[in-house]
Amino acid sequence: MAIELETILRPVDHPVPPFPPKYMQVASGEMMVVRQIDREEVPELLPHVEPLLHVERDYYDIVSARVYAELLAYYRHRVQDEYVLVAQIDGELAAIVNGRFLNADVGVSYHTLALRRGLRVGAHAFAAKMEYHIDIVKQKEVLIVAESPIGFRRWMIEYQLEKRFEVAHELGGVPSWALTKEIFDKARETLVVGRRPVPEALLKKAQAAILPPSSPPKPPQDLLAATRAMNDPTGTSLMLQRWKQEGKV
Amino acid sequence: MREVYVVGIGITSFSRLEYPLSEIAAYPAMQAMKECGLSKIDHLFVANMGASRINQQTALASAVVDTLSLTPAGAEAIENGPASGASAIKTGFMAVASGVHDVVMVTGAERMRAVNNLEATDFVATLSHPLAEYIYGVTLPSLAGMFTRLYMEKYGVTSRHLAMVAVKNHDNAMLNPFAHLHQKITVEAILDSPEAETNNPFVADPLRFFDCCPVSDGGACVILASKEVAQDVAKRNKKPIVRLTGIGQATDTHAVQERENPTDLLAVRGAAQQAFKMAGVKPSDVNVAELHDAFTILEIVESEEVGFFKKGEGHLALEKGLTSLTGQIPINTSGGLKGKGHPVGATGIGQAHEIVTQLRGEARKRQVKNAKIGFTCNFGGFGNNVVCLVFARED
Repeated sequence: MAIELETILRPVDHPVPPFPPKYMQVASGEMMVVRQIDREEVPELLPHVEPLLHVERDYYDIVSARVYAELLAYYRHRVQDEYVLVAQIDGELAAIVNGRFLNADVGVSYHTLALRRGLRVGAHAFAAKMEYHIDIVKQKEVLIVAESPIGFRRWMIEYQLEKRFEVAHELGGVPSWALTKEIFDKARETLVVGRRPVPEALLKKAQAAILPPSSPPKPPQDLLAATRAMNDPTGTSLMLQRWKQEGKV
Repeated sequence: MREVYVVGIGITSFSRLEYPLSEIAAYPAMQAMKECGLSKIDHLFVANMGASRINQQTALASAVVDTLSLTPAGAEAIENGPASGASAIKTGFMAVASGVHDVVMVTGAERMRAVNNLEATDFVATLSHPLAEYIYGVTLPSLAGMFTRLYMEKYGVTSRHLAMVAVKNHDNAMLNPFAHLHQKITVEAILDSPEAETNNPFVADPLRFFDCCPVSDGGACVILASKEVAQDVAKRNKKPIVRLTGIGQATDTHAVQERENPTDLLAVRGAAQQAFKMAGVKPSDVNVAELHDAFTILEIVESEEVGFFKKGEGHLALEKGLTSLTGQIPINTSGGLKGKGHPVGATGIGQAHEIVTQLRGEARKRQVKNAKIGFTCNFGGFGNNVVCLVFARED
């Protein structure tokens, strides 16, 4: 009985071509690999996502909570036609992007979670996600929303997405924006990068293990620290807090 | 005229600070007061550029003096665009040197990330000429872009030189716990690799993303005092005594287009000459300098205008490593505006904080050996109001 019920609850994915891995150099000079993972690798990701649930900054808490749920749903077959791409630098997890295929023509972008800041890793990973929908799976458009102002600037403004406000997005039911093939073609030259094939050693290193990010996003400094510092005889609480966060003391 | 000393310093991290502006100004002030053990301040100067426009706060000095429980000390705000910080230090200097006050606090703060990047860019652009520049959409990056293009054509500066400034200052910022950007970058990745155009897109040709400083929140403070007070403080805290030996300020045309030679930064030249003359030293005597690198080109050009290198040879000195941490004249050891950040009103005081830290020998991994004379250049407008300062350690 339980097995029969599971067959009802578990959606059947449609066959789609896999995302061919690619790599690129980021501003630090390091090489970043973007590759698709399958369900078996999801348990490796979850411990790296969970700490971000507690980062109340730049919407990391909301985005990581939703990504965590989406990864879990993917792993346990509770979402249809989802895929997950990861970006890794020297094996370390730098970004996670995911989405799903609504039908043959339309894709849905779920999330872009950057675990390293300042290198455009999120932007590179998002571009790879769009490449998957438009170039690999040959979809006509991808429905997108942004949860953070950073996301809005990166996607809606930089790509100049079209409004598709009559369509409620799966994330929160909010009005959708759309990236069409035409928009993607315009963005290729400036926003979409990556080289193929990935050198064997680089790919093997990425596939060997998804290592935790060495410099993940941190919670903001205590909002009351400055006020408390008024009565702090050392007068250094903010500075110490920052140094502690960065492991310098 | 009395001699003026720096007896206390304080700084916040330059990044995004979600605190009231008055607290961003007050926090480094508390650090500075704690450091020198002085609780009585005669007068307070608060440097800030954008409170009324982007934080909806006027009379900031009144808020800060009360936040610090320093009433009834006199207090006023100093606004001189991005040179507000050094202008406030200069004003504080005059208050002590004249004998009007014995102990003056100069604290600066800016909270630019309260608005988005477009609004922040527009806010800074309001320092340009309202009729000749601003109404035509001029922004600071666009002015700097045109300036850079001209400088490249005239003196042979290349994009690679600009990238070298960025890489050097990011490296220095990695050693500064208060810096905004703790991000190593390489020339290859931002200039040569197939991904360079995306990693480092053009902002205002020929300036790219990594040629521009970040938009930062932050605060910094120095406490200035008379010789008697400084000697008393030094006896207690055992720190080397640092004297503010030279101040200089000069102006240039408001609209850049009206300058006879747009590649000459005459206000930088004039302010530096005044400061060196007053201090009785030459540019070659300087051991460490903080220059106003809001754009990478400015570090190169200012290094020439203040007299460290001949006109048109700043980029050659950079190539030789003369401005690196271990070079002949280390520039922007803090990371500069490029790496440490640029909370506009606080920047000049942040520069002074770094120089005093260096002269005291407290700069840890970025310490310049035997630094005895330090220099700052705080660049207001697009070079139309510049303040330079010279500091010296007294052994």
